[in-house]
Amino acid sequence: MEKGKGIMGSGRRWAVDFSDNSTAPSSRDIPDPPGFTRASVNQDDSTVSRQKKDAESNWKAQKAWEVAQAPFKNLLMMGFMMWMAGNTVHLFSIGITFSALWQPISALQGVGKVFEPYKDNKVDLLGPKLLFIALNLGGLALGVWKLNTLGLLPTHASDWVSSLPPAQEVEYSGGGIPL
Amino acid sequence: MAIRSFFLFILFFSSSISPVFSLYEDQVGLMDWHQQYIGKVKQAVFSSQRAGRKRVVVSTEENVIASLDLRHGEIFWRHLLGADDVIDGIDIGLGKYVITLSSGGSILRSWNLPDGQMVWESSLQGPKHSKSFLLVPTNLKFDKDNLLVVFSNGRLHAISCIDGEVLWKKDFEAESFEVQQVILPPGSDLIHVVGFAALSQFEMYQINAKNGELLKHESASFSSGFSGQVSLVSTETVVALDSTGSILLTISFQDGKISSQQTPISNLVEDSLGPAVIIPSSVSGIFAIKTDAVTIFIRVIGKGNLEVVEKTTHEIAVSDALSISEDQQAFALIQHASSEIHLTVKLAHDWDGNLLKESVKMDRQRGLVHKVFINNYIRTDRSYGFRVLIVMEDHSLLLLQQGEIVWSREDGLASIIDVTTSELPVERDGVSVAKVEHNLFEWLKGHMLKLKGTLMLASPEDMAAIQSMRLKSSEKSKMTRDHNGFRKLLIVLTRAGKLFALHTGDGRIVWSYLLRSLHKSEACQSPIGLNLYQWQVPHHHAMDENPSVLVVSRCGPSSDTSGVLSFVDTYTGKELSSLSLDHAVVQVIPLPYTDSTEQRLHLLIDADKHAHLYPKTSGALSIFKREFSNIYWYSVEDQNGIIKGHALKCKCTGEVADEFCFDTRDLWSVVFPSESEKTIATVTRKLNEVVHTQAKVVADQDVMYKYISRNLLFVATVAPKGSGEIGSVTPEESWLVAYLIDTVTGRILHRVTHHGSQGPVHAVFSENWVVYHYFNLRAHRYEMSVIEIYDQSRADNKDVWKLVLGKHNLTSPISLFSRPEVITKSQSYFFTHSLKAIAVTSTAKGITSKQLLLGTIGDQVLALDKRFLDPRRTVNPTQLEKEEGIIPLTESLPIIPQSYVTHALRVEGLRGIITVPAKLESTTLVFAHGVDLFFTQLAPSRTYDSLTEDFSYALLLITIVALVAAIFVTWRLSERKELQEKWR
Repeated sequence: MEKGKGIMGSGRRWAVDFSDNSTAPSSRDIPDPPGFTRASVNQDDSTVSRQKKDAESNWKAQKAWEVAQAPFKNLLMMGFMMWMAGNTVHLFSIGITFSALWQPISALQGVGKVFEPYKDNKVDLLGPKLLFIALNLGGLALGVWKLNTLGLLPTHASDWVSSLPPAQEVEYSGGGIPL
Repeated sequence: MAIRSFFLFILFFSSSISPVFSLYEDQVGLMDWHQQYIGKVKQAVFSSQRAGRKRVVVSTEENVIASLDLRHGEIFWRHLLGADDVIDGIDIGLGKYVITLSSGGSILRSWNLPDGQMVWESSLQGPKHSKSFLLVPTNLKFDKDNLLVVFSNGRLHAISCIDGEVLWKKDFEAESFEVQQVILPPGSDLIHVVGFAALSQFEMYQINAKNGELLKHESASFSSGFSGQVSLVSTETVVALDSTGSILLTISFQDGKISSQQTPISNLVEDSLGPAVIIPSSVSGIFAIKTDAVTIFIRVIGKGNLEVVEKTTHEIAVSDALSISEDQQAFALIQHASSEIHLTVKLAHDWDGNLLKESVKMDRQRGLVHKVFINNYIRTDRSYGFRVLIVMEDHSLLLLQQGEIVWSREDGLASIIDVTTSELPVERDGVSVAKVEHNLFEWLKGHMLKLKGTLMLASPEDMAAIQSMRLKSSEKSKMTRDHNGFRKLLIVLTRAGKLFALHTGDGRIVWSYLLRSLHKSEACQSPIGLNLYQWQVPHHHAMDENPSVLVVSRCGPSSDTSGVLSFVDTYTGKELSSLSLDHAVVQVIPLPYTDSTEQRLHLLIDADKHAHLYPKTSGALSIFKREFSNIYWYSVEDQNGIIKGHALKCKCTGEVADEFCFDTRDLWSVVFPSESEKTIATVTRKLNEVVHTQAKVVADQDVMYKYISRNLLFVATVAPKGSGEIGSVTPEESWLVAYLIDTVTGRILHRVTHHGSQGPVHAVFSENWVVYHYFNLRAHRYEMSVIEIYDQSRADNKDVWKLVLGKHNLTSPISLFSRPEVITKSQSYFFTHSLKAIAVTSTAKGITSKQLLLGTIGDQVLALDKRFLDPRRTVNPTQLEKEEGIIPLTESLPIIPQSYVTHALRVEGLRGIITVPAKLESTTLVFAHGVDLFFTQLAPSRTYDSLTEDFSYALLLITIVALVAAIFVTWRLSERKELQEKWR
């Protein structure tokens, strides 16, 4: 359904160009035949709505970009909070780090929903979406980096061997001072 | 990461809470119990005071003197003399002083009878070692002062009873003179000292008690010689046996003249008996001799005429004489008959008439009567009543009166040899022994009380009710296994050869069993229990079987006498079977393998270095064959200063084909130079210790790999000169060397010398570290050192990806024959106390941090965090090191008063500390034993995995209910409001 609409939309756009080409010369070179009224009600309506739609889609595109840039502010604030929290493990820093991780993830999960209101046939959402995703990934990276600075990421050998059981010994020996 | 965050969590906790693990006053007795004992009674003296509480003063083989309440058997007061201060005699002087003679007759002390305060002490020296006698005459006066007569160390002393001053002394310096009796006839001023000289000479000295003047010295020669002791039949007659043990010599020394008469035992008794011994008794006119099977009572009539009054094959015990009036003496006699004992009280001059004859039912598990002490009292009808105190074979003490056991004390528990634990039965229908089910109402009531206590609404009565409820919680003394593993059975073997099962909840005796295999028999003359081992611990395959323990004992004190094994069921306390071995038991090696019924394989090494495998089943043999080439054993010959390693070779090449016997061959030996080193301590890791991880994460995320081996032996040697007491050598002459030896290959992994140090050494080995305690002569202080061993060859495993993908060989089995590269870290700290014992906490998974348990000289148990004994402590630890939990370096170890595990109590005569892991990882069970017993639970890192005991479930419940109610109410309110909004 969605796809079909898209194809129809592009077809009409081409048709609009064509009609423009046909009307323009006729309006300039040859006068209209008597009884012919160029501005039919139908056509009038479509131009008005088209203009309206154009404005709306412009507005939507603008808004989409704004939304896409919103995480940037968030990112800055998060960075500031992280800097404030310090590098020691305690409740505050852990809370901030986990929220810093959780926010981008939840945002990424809801990418579709965030851009739902700005969905339009005429609006290209790919750019904003990509920016939004990139910014959120940046936020995520910041969170992971914070996690690492807190020492909570298993990036050291010590994280992988800390629960290794002792190696079994093949030989066994007992004894001691005679009873 | 989970582990890491868990670790951080613990770190967070341990850093935010200061490391003090003390108790609140009202928590005493919740999880711990303390029992006081005195040991096997050697001598008992009844206080004859008319007024005040009736008491009996006893001395015991644990060197305890104690005053016991005669009504209930409780201890009024008690003093434990030192281990080498053996009590030779006690008596009561002037009715208010307890006089004790100890240390081979060289220390005489007087104690105040009512409260046990020491009044005076005097030291008695003498020319040579001899028997010692303490006599407290009632009417020997000297300048208004009562005299005590003491013979010790070849010297006769007369001592003032008031202040312990020696009034006169007389030496008996004749080289070969051996004193046998010191006699003080009542109402006279003469002291008779009789003894033997040069084996066949009878000597008699008569001494004036007023001034120690020698009045008369007589001697007579007996060609047949003497054997054993003499028995005093009157103040001027003694009976002795000749050297063959078949002729009785009646020697009288009336008026200083020695006359004697010889009577062959065969004249008195028709059938021939083996050599006899005299049982010493103080009953006038009667003595007893004992041969292998028969006890014969003989009366002396007139001057040396003997007459047999009774011959019995029953086991018999006789008390000393008790004078009940001017010329009447009574004594008690106890005879055994199957499940009863017969008590008779007779007059000394009238054997056939009985003053008293009673039968008392006696638990068979108490064995034979060893000692009898008699006391009389005057009944309301002015006749004499008698009470007797009896000491049984299992060292218990009982008071009999009017045919009943008035009280009993299990004093065998004062001399524990070995301890092991056993699980309790799983809770099933019909298994539960203790009834603990109480209804919901009571449960709720209890919690409401607790809640009141928490909210500080409780009245003093309520508080008392809460406290008693906590202490008597039936939950802890149930006879079934609990979820946390707090309830267990402590199986203890006592010196008397009795097994006791104590419940960890309240310390009561669940069952006791006097080992039949430890009874004297033809084949086994003087059996002694040696050790306890867990024989069968069913958990996976054989759930229906009961767990059992193995008791290893031996038929005599020397190491080449044959051994005896007994297997005892720990649920029922019944002996499953016992084996009399045809070989000696020098070493018992529990192997880390079990057979299909969860019986642990044990290797017993005999005196000829043959190894015998038990259990003798084909299944065990096949398991053993599989591991044959990997089993080694080592022996520490501390006399020669040699440690030898052995391997198993082949089947025994004896005349009898025995599949379960193996020859061994010597592999290696470590010889310490005998002129400079003497072995004084060896210690290994506990076999059942669980280690959680091989890696130790240090600051800045670095890893150190612990060198964890079950086959490491810590040996401490000192200079031979310095093996004596502390201070007997100069620092230059004394040193202490600590070794870490691999017992499979004999490789010395580490050796360190402490110059100017001296033993005794107490050490404990756990995971990859050993802590040992010794005396530093230069600093005049005790010191504790720690050695930690790390495996350097593993240190290269740093590639994260390899570790993530598991491409490392850190957990693959290793052979000790591959040369390990170890590095050690060590550090020494001063410590204030001298120690009696040292142990370390052990937990189920080995995750919880460790605490050292130090048995101090004050008979208390002190818990010390292992963190204080970290070799990596520095003066200024970096931030990262601080985070890791490293404490800044201090010269000495702190003693935090709150970390005494025994809080205000003392475990008198502390000998050992045993730790057992509970199922709950944070908690470990601690059992300390000596003359007293003490048990408690410890959580070295606090109970991070469970709610505390005083957590208020009622409060939680009420909070939840209130919250639910609030939610419901607000929901209804909001709905109503919404409806009104809509109508508007």
